[in-house]
Amino acid sequence: MSWFGSFLKSSIGQKIIMSLTGLFLIQFLAVHLIGNLQLLANDGGQQFNLYAKFMTTNPVIKTVSYLLYASILLHAVQGLWLWSRNKAAKGGKYAVMAKESSTYASRNMGWLGIIILVFIILHLWQFWFQMKMGWLEMKTYDGVEVKNLYAPVAYAFKQWWYVLIYVLAMGVIGLHLHHGFQSAFQTLGLNHKKYTPLIKFLGTAYAILVPLGFALIPIIFFLFR
Amino acid sequence: MKLNLKVWRQRSNNDKGAFATYQVEANEHMSFLEMLDVLNEQLIAKKETPVAFEHDCREGICGACSMVINGRPHGPQQGTTTCQLHMRAFEDGDTIFIEPFRARAFPVVKDLVVDRSGFDRIIQSGGFVSVNTGQAQDGNAIPIEKDLAGEAFDAATCIGCGACVAACPNGAAMLFTSAKVTHLGLLPQGKVEHSKRVLSMVKAMDEEGFGMCSNVGACSVECPKEISLENIARMNRDYIGASLASDKTV
Repeated sequence: MSWFGSFLKSSIGQKIIMSLTGLFLIQFLAVHLIGNLQLLANDGGQQFNLYAKFMTTNPVIKTVSYLLYASILLHAVQGLWLWSRNKAAKGGKYAVMAKESSTYASRNMGWLGIIILVFIILHLWQFWFQMKMGWLEMKTYDGVEVKNLYAPVAYAFKQWWYVLIYVLAMGVIGLHLHHGFQSAFQTLGLNHKKYTPLIKFLGTAYAILVPLGFALIPIIFFLFR
Repeated sequence: MKLNLKVWRQRSNNDKGAFATYQVEANEHMSFLEMLDVLNEQLIAKKETPVAFEHDCREGICGACSMVINGRPHGPQQGTTTCQLHMRAFEDGDTIFIEPFRARAFPVVKDLVVDRSGFDRIIQSGGFVSVNTGQAQDGNAIPIEKDLAGEAFDAATCIGCGACVAACPNGAAMLFTSAKVTHLGLLPQGKVEHSKRVLSMVKAMDEEGFGMCSNVGACSVECPKEISLENIARMNRDYIGASLASDKTV
């Protein structure tokens, strides 16, 4: 086998795939949140709809979006594969579970990931698919015709059950990020007393603030719009 | 003190195994292994098969006394092996679950004894320094920076007990392997073969069927020698470096 093949097939190489795709998805969440925050501009969705048109038509962003789809798929498929291989390598469970030696999130990344995957599928069906398939009504702002993505979003955020699912999913993403953020750096070999405390602090802050930012938007819509 | 023990009994690797319940009268000054000796004397007096468990030095340096006590390898105390755990860490009337280390790469031989020879094969693949033996060198012939010597020595305190594998939900051997890679690789004598060593030892570790590290960190918490996760990060980056930048292949 070529050196690169055996590198990727090794246990460390396999984890590096998780780490790199994970880091890419982490930065995507911040970009996504910037987009979502425009829902809060009280203009009937004009700014949000124009932003959505830009994000779906700009060639650079379109290219990056294919990288994003690939990353989500690879991170999910690879994660499930490693999860099942690791379960097999463990071979059995202890009668007593020691909870004090590790965090809840670190032990349950597989389950948390599956919940997030289910949420992403629901999420893509609801908004992304509608946008791509062109089932949305059109709106015209200053002579520019754009799809009205704001309408289904505003509608969904008025359903109590959807807001509940959304907020719970953000909690799960927060837990997944809390372990995943610092773990990605450790896998790449970046652990040193010079900067690891900073990485851990940033990871915790990111894992709280970003999901909180996402979750606040449907809550504001549900309560005040 | 009276204790209820739930001990894993398994005749052989092919046997399914199950918990058996025993009552033992111990005193708080006994080590955990001495408490098990008392149990075994009771069993022998009743003409029952004693519980098989590994032990050797009984002073925390050999790493033989592998068992999981209430879900924790080597028991609830930080930085100690089972033989250094005393019954004063428990209360009168406690129920204690005692199980073998669990990992596919550590098959159960009998009761609490598991086969840890996978670790030996990882060491054989590169956990050594190739030097001509002969007269001992002068201690100061090769200058080594104090901090570096300290770091290498911290890694070298690994006794290869396997608690890291037992604690890991993935049955990974990264803490053990990285401790060995670090302790040799940081020193001038070991540096020469470092790239090849990292590649060989990771390959051997994978071939033994150990799982993959997901940075849970339970290994380091349960390690009787408190080996740090920084060693795993060092092995990761050295493996990446050796794969991408060295001519060595394994």
